[in-house]
Amino acid sequence: MKEYNKLIFEISKEGRQGYKLPPCDVESTDIRDMIPEHLLSKKDIDLPQVSEVDVIRHFTQLSNKNYGVDTGFYPLGSCTMKYNPKINEDIASIPSFTGIHPYQNEKTVQGSLQLMYELSEKLSEICGMDEVSLQPAAGAHGELVGLMIIKAFHENAGDFKRNKIIVPDSAHGTNPASANVAGFEIVEIKSNEKGGVDLDSLKSFLNDEIAGLMLTNPNTLGLFDENIKEISRLVHEAGGLVYYDGANLNAIMGKARPGDMGFDVVHMNLHKTFSTPHGGGGPGSGPVGVKKELMQYLPVPIVEKKEGNFTLNYDKPLSIGKIKSFYGNFGVLVRAYTYILSMGAEGLKKASEMAVLNANYMKSKLKDYYYLPIDKVCKHEFVLGGLEQGLSEITTLDIAKRLLDYGYHPPTIYFPLIVHNAIMIEPTETESLETMDAFIEAMISIAKEAKENPELLKNAPYNTLVRRLDEVRAARYPVLKYTKTN
Amino acid sequence: MFPYISNTLQDEKAMLKSIGASSIQELFSDIPEDVKFKRELNINSPMSELEVQRHVKALWSKNKSTEDLVCFLGAGVYDHYIPSIIKHIISRSEFYTAYTPYQPEISQGTLQAIFEYQTLICDLTGLDVANASMYDGATACAEAAIMAVESTKRKTIIVSKSVHPEIRKVLYTYTRFKDIELIELDTKDGVTDTIKLKQLVDSKTAGVIVQNPNFFGIIENMTEVEKITHDNKALLIMSVDPISLAILKTPGEIGADIAVGEGQALGNQMNFGGPYLGFMTTTTKLMRKMPGRIVGQTVDVDGKRAFVLTLQAREQHIRREKATSNICSNQALNALIAAIYLTTMGKQGLKEVAYQSMQKAHYAFNEIIKLEKYKPVFNKPFFKEFVIQGHESASVINEKLLECNILGGYDIEKNYPDHKNALLLCVTEKRTKSEINGLITAMEGIK
Repeated sequence: MKEYNKLIFEISKEGRQGYKLPPCDVESTDIRDMIPEHLLSKKDIDLPQVSEVDVIRHFTQLSNKNYGVDTGFYPLGSCTMKYNPKINEDIASIPSFTGIHPYQNEKTVQGSLQLMYELSEKLSEICGMDEVSLQPAAGAHGELVGLMIIKAFHENAGDFKRNKIIVPDSAHGTNPASANVAGFEIVEIKSNEKGGVDLDSLKSFLNDEIAGLMLTNPNTLGLFDENIKEISRLVHEAGGLVYYDGANLNAIMGKARPGDMGFDVVHMNLHKTFSTPHGGGGPGSGPVGVKKELMQYLPVPIVEKKEGNFTLNYDKPLSIGKIKSFYGNFGVLVRAYTYILSMGAEGLKKASEMAVLNANYMKSKLKDYYYLPIDKVCKHEFVLGGLEQGLSEITTLDIAKRLLDYGYHPPTIYFPLIVHNAIMIEPTETESLETMDAFIEAMISIAKEAKENPELLKNAPYNTLVRRLDEVRAARYPVLKYTKTN
Repeated sequence: MFPYISNTLQDEKAMLKSIGASSIQELFSDIPEDVKFKRELNINSPMSELEVQRHVKALWSKNKSTEDLVCFLGAGVYDHYIPSIIKHIISRSEFYTAYTPYQPEISQGTLQAIFEYQTLICDLTGLDVANASMYDGATACAEAAIMAVESTKRKTIIVSKSVHPEIRKVLYTYTRFKDIELIELDTKDGVTDTIKLKQLVDSKTAGVIVQNPNFFGIIENMTEVEKITHDNKALLIMSVDPISLAILKTPGEIGADIAVGEGQALGNQMNFGGPYLGFMTTTTKLMRKMPGRIVGQTVDVDGKRAFVLTLQAREQHIRREKATSNICSNQALNALIAAIYLTTMGKQGLKEVAYQSMQKAHYAFNEIIKLEKYKPVFNKPFFKEFVIQGHESASVINEKLLECNILGGYDIEKNYPDHKNALLLCVTEKRTKSEINGLITAMEGIK
C-alpha cells in the first residue's frame, strides 16, 4: 500500500463540498439588517473544501498510522491499558443518552440521573468512601478537586495555616502540579528503598502547616506500602488529611479499599480501572470520593434520590463550587457503569487478581535479563531499571524504540523518577499468557541485541512509518499549524 | 468466565508455578491483615451483554431526548446538525483505543489529526497558536484567567456578567483557590458596561473576560472593551461560540490576546453535559505561557515530515509544580470530532450553518413578538439566541411547551433575578419552519 502523507489542507480544492443542508425555509432577511456591518468579519474563513469521500479516506489513512489497544499489547505502566469492551460503546451511543441537553427538566432525564446515582454508589463501595462526585473530567482534575476539598476543610475549621501538601518524589507529575493549582506549597519527601514512604522522614515534616499527604498505593513501583495505616495515623494525628491517587486502583479491587487504609479523599480514573477508552489522550473521567466529614465540600451539583426521584442538588453552602460545566463527562460515565454491570463484584476482584498475576509473571520472566531494583511480590505493575549495569550505552529510550520494531507499544519509560532508566510494565488482566510470552521473548532478544549489536538499538525503530523524530527542532522552531505556501 | 479476561485455570497454574507462588492469595500477602477487605463488594452480580442491555433499557426509556422533543434550548450547548461521517470515523478503534501520543512513531494518526485541529481552530479564531484542547469551555476560560495572571504578574481578573453563569462559577472556584481576585462587571442593556469597565480596570488587572455572542445571545461591540483593556496593559480574553466565527468578527480581528470557547457545537453530541472540548488559542508572544498539550511539526531522521508533542517544558510531567497547569490529558477524541466536523462542513458549510441559524432565530423572534404576548428584553443585534419576557415565569412556559413535546428555553431569572419571566431561546439550522411555527403556536396558547 502506498504511503499517505497529505494534510487535509493539501487536498482541498476550490468549490468542493462535503456536506448538504436543506435549503433555508424561512423568509430570509439581509444579514446587514440583522447585524451591523462593523460586527461582521472582514475576512473569509479558510476551512478546507473537500468531499465526504476525501474526508473519510483522509481520516481512515490517519487511523492506519495509529496503534491502539485493539491493535496490540500496550503494557504502558500506570496507564492501565486494558481492553475497552465494545458493549460500552454501544450503550454510550444510545440516542436516549446522547441526545440530552444538560439543562433539560429533571423529570425528562430520570434515567440518566439514576445511572449517575448508581455509579456513584458502586464507586463508593469499591473505594470504601461515603460519597463520590462524578464531576471531574480527568485524573488530574480529580486531584485538583480533592485538594480543593482538603483546603476547604481546613479553612472551614478556621485553620488558615495549613498551606503545605506533602508529595513523595515517586508521585505522578500531576500531583505537585495539582497542589500548586489548588494554591498549596509542595513539600517533597524522599521515598525509601521500596518506593514507599519513609516514616522517619514523614514524621520530620509533619507540623501544623501540613494540610495533607498525597499518596499512591500500590505506589508507582507497583508495591503495596505495608505501613499505610501507620502513615495515615501519623498524618491524621498531626491534623492533616490523606489523599489517594487512584491511578493504581486496578490492583486492589475487592482486595483492599483506600477508605479502609485511612484515606480521606480518593480520585479514580474511569479510563484506567473501569475500561473506558483513552481516546488518544481523552476524554477521561476522574470521580472523587470522600469520607463523611468531607461530603459537604464536594463540588455541586450532587445527584440525590428523593422520594423515588432523582434530582441535582446545588444547595451545598460549603461546597468548593463548580469545577466544570454541568455534571461530568456523562458519556464516559455510561461506559464505566456498563463495565461494572458486566463484571460485577466477582469480576472486578478477578480482574485485580489477574492483573497482579500477569505482572508478577512477567517480572519473574524478565528479571534475569533486565535490572530489577526491588525483587518482591508486586501488584499490577513493576519497574525495571534498564539493562544490567555495564551496558549503559544502551538507554531505556533505545529499548523502547526497538520494541516498536517488534510491533509493540513500549512500556512507560523514565518514570517513576526514583528509578534510574525506569521501564514500567503493566500488562493488565485482559492479556493472555501467549501475548505476554511473545512480548517477553521480544524483550529478551532486545537484551541480546544490546550485547551483540548495540548500533541496531541506537538507531531503532526501522519498521515504523516514521522513525525517530527531531524533537529539539520541534521545540526550538515551533510549527504548530499548517501555513499555505503558494 | 469473563470475556475480558484471557487466562484459563491452567494458565493461572502455570504462571503461579513460574513465579514460585502457591496461590493467587500469596500474591496479595503484602497487604497487611488489618487492611485486607474480607467480604464481597456489595454491588451487582456479573451480567451478560443481554442482561446489561435489558438493565440499561430500563434506565434510558425513562429519558426524553431530542428524538422525542424539538429543541429550542441552547445556553452554551447546542443542537446543531452532526454529519453521519463523524461516528464512523471516531468508531475506528485505532483512534479511540490509543493512549496519549507519547510514542510518535506509532501515533502519527492522532498527532496529525491534532495538528489539523490546531490549524482549523487558529483559522476560526484568527489567532496564532492553539493547544490540543482542554476539558470544556468553562475550564478553558479558567485556565486562560490563570495564564493572564502568570504572564502579567498581576492578580485581578475582571469578568463581564454577560459571560455564561456556568463559566463564571468555574472561574470563581479556580481563582478563589489561587488567591486571584475575581471582579464581576455589570452589564447595561444586555451587554458589557464599558463605562464601569473603565472605572474598574487598573494596574492590578491581569485580564478582562468577555463572551461573544454573550450569554443573552447578543453580539458585543468589542472595540471599546479592547481599547480599555489594552490601554491598561491587561490581556483581553474572549469566550466565543465557534459556529458564530464563520460570520462574526474574530478574536484575532478584535485584538484579543486569548480566545477560548466550548467546542461542543462542532459535531459533538449534547450527551447530558459531556464529554465536550474546550478550545484555546493565543498569540505567538504568549505561546510558551499556554497550558495544555501542543502538537508541532518536525522531521524524522530520514527527513520525512512528522508530528510530535512539543513545548513540553511547560507541562506537569516535566516541570511538576512549576508547570503552567496541572492538566495532563486533552479531549483528543472530541478534538478529532471537531476537526472532522470543520473539515466536512468546510468553508461553505460552516457559513451556511451560521447563516441559517441566524435567519431562523430571527424568524422565530419576529413571530414571537408579533404575538404581542412577549416582549423583547434587549434591543441589540443577536446571533442564534434571544431573550423574551412573558406574563408567566420561564419555568411555567417551559412546562407548557414540554406538554407539546417542545424543549423550551433557559430560565434567565435563575441567574439574573432582575430579569423577571425572561426566557432565552435558541434556534439552530436544524429547526424547520414548521417546527418553529409549532413553537409559536404553543406559545400563543400560553396565557
